[in-house]
Amino acid sequence: MATLNLQVSLLKPEAAQHSFLVEAGDPFVLEVRKGQIVRIVDLEGNQAVDTLFYNALDYADRYSAQDTIREQRSLYLTTGTRLVSTEGNVLLTIVADTCGRHDTLGGACAAESNMVRYAIEKRSMHACRQSFLKGIQHWKHGMDKRDITSNINFFMNVPVTPEGGLTFEDGVSEAGKYVELRAEMDVLMLISNCPQLNNPCNAYNPTPVQILLWDAHV
Amino acid sequence: MSTESRVLMTETVPGGATWSHVLKRGTALRITDVEGGANVAAYFLNFEMTAERFNLPDTLKAQHTARLTRGHVLYSDMGRVLCSITEDTVGWHDPLAGTSNAALVEKKYGKSTYQQARNQWHQNARDGLLIELGKYGLGPRDLHATVNFFSKVSVDLDGGLHYVPGNSRAGGFVELRAEMNVLVLLNTCPHPMAEGEYAPRPVELSISTVPAPRQDDPCRMLCSENTRGFLLTEFYFL
Repeated sequence: MATLNLQVSLLKPEAAQHSFLVEAGDPFVLEVRKGQIVRIVDLEGNQAVDTLFYNALDYADRYSAQDTIREQRSLYLTTGTRLVSTEGNVLLTIVADTCGRHDTLGGACAAESNMVRYAIEKRSMHACRQSFLKGIQHWKHGMDKRDITSNINFFMNVPVTPEGGLTFEDGVSEAGKYVELRAEMDVLMLISNCPQLNNPCNAYNPTPVQILLWDAHV
Repeated sequence: MSTESRVLMTETVPGGATWSHVLKRGTALRITDVEGGANVAAYFLNFEMTAERFNLPDTLKAQHTARLTRGHVLYSDMGRVLCSITEDTVGWHDPLAGTSNAALVEKKYGKSTYQQARNQWHQNARDGLLIELGKYGLGPRDLHATVNFFSKVSVDLDGGLHYVPGNSRAGGFVELRAEMNVLVLLNTCPHPMAEGEYAPRPVELSISTVPAPRQDDPCRMLCSENTRGFLLTEFYFL
């Protein structure tokens, strides 16, 4: 069994300057300033939180899953992982993590990929890439589908075997587990609180997550 | 199947170069590692609607794989098949490590300018693919995750990534059958995790006519996901 890297935060939730509740199946967009710390809390357990990050000054410079895993020689994300952008910038660093492992290979569910993976009739089910598109269309600033790239799945477990196999496993998360990131530059965070009902990534029960934001120097 | 194929063109692409072509439905592109140790960074878009492009996570999760070989297909974000891997003598192509970039190449191999080295200067896959995308009116927002043909990166039980040298020998080849008109972009720079000196290798390309995938096509039959993926691709042409 792989080892998990658990790191508790010293920050107090009651000291956070901002708190947001993201309902199951909703998009969420937030600007995070350099030095601010953002925490994503899996309130009820086993909830995949599909997340993308962008350089706030240039959305073409965005989180790159391949650059992140290659530069750190590690497929899974946890405390200490630097989220690397397509231009080689460090967008954020994971500074605390009570879950221990997060996926960045499985991507986001979509109406179209659900049709491939499960059944043609699944087209009308809600999916993350519907939420991503809604999120950026409401955010405006000229973003479109070209900005929806390979994302992070916080709290999701997608193990790869040495033989190159890939499976979606039950989550390793539980109610109250969280991941905390420090912004290393001004970034835009785009979340889809995953609505998937066809596989165990949300334990077949999508639930809300909480976003806490602490200002720098606290 | 080979008796029904007709070679339309062949071309040798040197190491460190970028190449693109609109690969037509009904044709296949064979990429051959001439000397052994080649790496080909590759990216794919629907030429008729470039907002539809290769989607790496959808490709991997539909086929329950973190490597690519014969029988696998390359999915777009629209649930359709861009290309099928119809032949492969190598057995493992890397979908994880992405492209080299200018900073990585300078850090690994030192600075190399055109002034000094002319066309032997050190190239990187990201800049090469971006320049090539620019010729089609596309840019950095259009370059998403890529594949590295002929290279292997294995994942250990803790998620550690390891470059595996010697994955591809001279004469090894992979064949991609276009299931729609696909803008194919290739770059022959060394793999970003490759060891040793900067030594980009050439590949030979050949394009042939091929029959449409039959109902019992091995890529279509690999898994029920692919059967639906081919169905959705055929819907697109109705």
